[in-house]
Amino acid sequence: MSGPTVPTEAATQGRTAGSIGSLLDELGAALAPVRRTLSYLEIDTRLLGMVVALAIIWTGFDIISNGIFLSPRNLWNLSVQSASIAIMASGMVLIIVSRGIDLSVGSMLGFLGYTMAMIQAVWLPQALGLGFEQPYTWIVTILLGIALGTIIGGLQGFVVAYAGVPSFIVTLGGLLVWRGLIFRYAQGQTIAPLDQNFQMLGGGTVGTRVGALGEWASWILGAVICVGIVVTLITSRRRRRRYGFPVRPLWAEALLGLVGSGAVLGVVWVANSYPLPVNVANQYAQEHGIAVPPGGLFIPTGLAFPVVVMLLVTLVITFIASRRRFGRYVYAIGGNPDAAALAGINVRRTVMLTFALMGALAAISAAVQTARLNAAVTNLGVQNELDVISAAVIGGTSFAGGIGTIPGAILGAVVMQSLRSGMVLLLVDSPTQDIVVGVVLVAAVGLDTVFRRRSR
Amino acid sequence: MPTPPMQVPPVSTQRVPIVELRNIHVSFGGVRAVDGVSIDLYPGEVVGLVGGNGAGKTTLMRTLSGARPPDSGQIWVNGQPVVIGNPRDAKALGIETIYQTLALADNLDAPANVFLGRELTATGTLDDAAMESATRKVVTRLNPNFKNFKMPVLRLSGGQRQAVAIARAIHFNARALIMDEPTAALGPAETAQVHTLIAQLKREGIGIFLVSHDIHDVSDLSDRISVMYHGKLVGTVKKEEVTTDEILGMIILGKPPTKLTAQELAELRSSGA
Repeated sequence: MSGPTVPTEAATQGRTAGSIGSLLDELGAALAPVRRTLSYLEIDTRLLGMVVALAIIWTGFDIISNGIFLSPRNLWNLSVQSASIAIMASGMVLIIVSRGIDLSVGSMLGFLGYTMAMIQAVWLPQALGLGFEQPYTWIVTILLGIALGTIIGGLQGFVVAYAGVPSFIVTLGGLLVWRGLIFRYAQGQTIAPLDQNFQMLGGGTVGTRVGALGEWASWILGAVICVGIVVTLITSRRRRRRYGFPVRPLWAEALLGLVGSGAVLGVVWVANSYPLPVNVANQYAQEHGIAVPPGGLFIPTGLAFPVVVMLLVTLVITFIASRRRFGRYVYAIGGNPDAAALAGINVRRTVMLTFALMGALAAISAAVQTARLNAAVTNLGVQNELDVISAAVIGGTSFAGGIGTIPGAILGAVVMQSLRSGMVLLLVDSPTQDIVVGVVLVAAVGLDTVFRRRSR
Repeated sequence: MPTPPMQVPPVSTQRVPIVELRNIHVSFGGVRAVDGVSIDLYPGEVVGLVGGNGAGKTTLMRTLSGARPPDSGQIWVNGQPVVIGNPRDAKALGIETIYQTLALADNLDAPANVFLGRELTATGTLDDAAMESATRKVVTRLNPNFKNFKMPVLRLSGGQRQAVAIARAIHFNARALIMDEPTAALGPAETAQVHTLIAQLKREGIGIFLVSHDIHDVSDLSDRISVMYHGKLVGTVKKEEVTTDEILGMIILGKPPTKLTAQELAELRSSGA
């Protein structure tokens, strides 16, 4: 967004905030040259801070776990675990930015996952008599799920926007209602197994089929994204040039392009460094008549489908948020709802649509999670709302409204999952994990608030 | 694109008002905030709308800007009856408003605020470069020192924020402009700038409602002055036909000049207001 990404002024003119303040002043002075470079790059300093924090977390866990944390296997699993939270967090950003909240995402996810399981395992094959494992089953299931998610999300949004009930209350009700409905209409049974094509969405394996892109498709997707980054940089530079606006120095553009492309290719490289499990690889070799070399066959897994889905979804939402009128209105409503209304924006419709979008994203996440489990269970998505809201907030989304970015929320989701995953590796028990995550959440927002106040 | 100078219509007996409010009523609960008020505005004219706090000036103007449609009464624009149900309707009729609060989205930058609700797009996506270019032109005309086009308006000074709000109103070829306490939050230099701007817009043929609770604010700039008192219109007078004391009498006592007693006039004069 145009608003929050402006590099901050020198921190010296801020109000004092006790000893933390003077400490930050010194830190600010020491970082002055860095900040000058950053202002050339026009990068969001908060986003950069998160990348640094993530690097510290990863390095720390890697050292303590003797190199297990940064192994391709762990990173690949981390990417799959983060994906379903990041999908929903991108929608949560828009809701919180427009001064709302959605507490019902976990229950919506459970309800939608359950419904999608019923569609593919009961209604389509049995009730309609179409049979199991049809080639269209997975896509019909997902489209119906997304449609239903949009409707129930939009219903909540309608009550929020047109009846004026606070979103906290409406979605608190939703949290109870959607979860309750799961128990009502299937008596709490687990629904399994699911359609095999559908299962691919979860990133798991069925026989020799793997829910991932594989080596070459991953490289190609990575290359496409790199081209996209470069093209975006060039077109935005040309646009500004045409109007005679100041542009970044050429070295800064090149650096941005290199760092961006490098990060993308790095992710692909890690995904491709993770081989298929030995038994899957052996079976594959047998089916394709490949001789297994001593030490096992190395078949790269590539980017997991949940990650691919996450990339597509967040790309679309980022585009909507920053390049479409709808996104501009969401931020304007968050900054000043009265001003938005006086400018002729249809505030109610916009607010309702953010909730409808959230419902659709909950459906996509539900597909990923049920596919991964190969089952729909009654407690699917319990407490997901807390992870999703935490990811958005750690990613810099402000409850005061008007401020927050989708890339930030994705990073927030990765930070949250890294903490969880790292502690699991270190055999930290679950209550302690909760305590650590809780403290980190409050500390991150606290630090952010102090910085924000000083950058005024 | 900058506002092209409008043709000043020849002054004749058949001039049509740009805006005419007829018998407007607005109630909040049982309170009659605006009670049967009729006023009009001609091209190239400044009408000062004055009155004490709670006199109903802002509420009356909000019916014209679409923020609060009237409970009853008619609005005519260029000799045609119109319905203004929301801010969008008003803008479509060429009626722009600069609110006392400025009504800016603080988290967005100047171009986003100027074009809020009327964004320029290219192939369906926001054309930020085009909007910034247009904003630079119109804002620089108001305030040549304005530089921070990529900064959230929250971080701008009062005068710069005012410039953004005014730019939003004048960029879209307004025919009528409502300015609600435009200089209340400004220093002397910035106030002078706004006064120069009003004179300039007037020359371009734009009609301006200048709302203020302070008679000194509007007396220099207005051609006519309408005074409201407790939701009712006390009267509309030509500036050169009345004294400041008589207008004060209208504001404070709610009486037109003809009904003021000599004693009341003396008291107003001695109060030195």
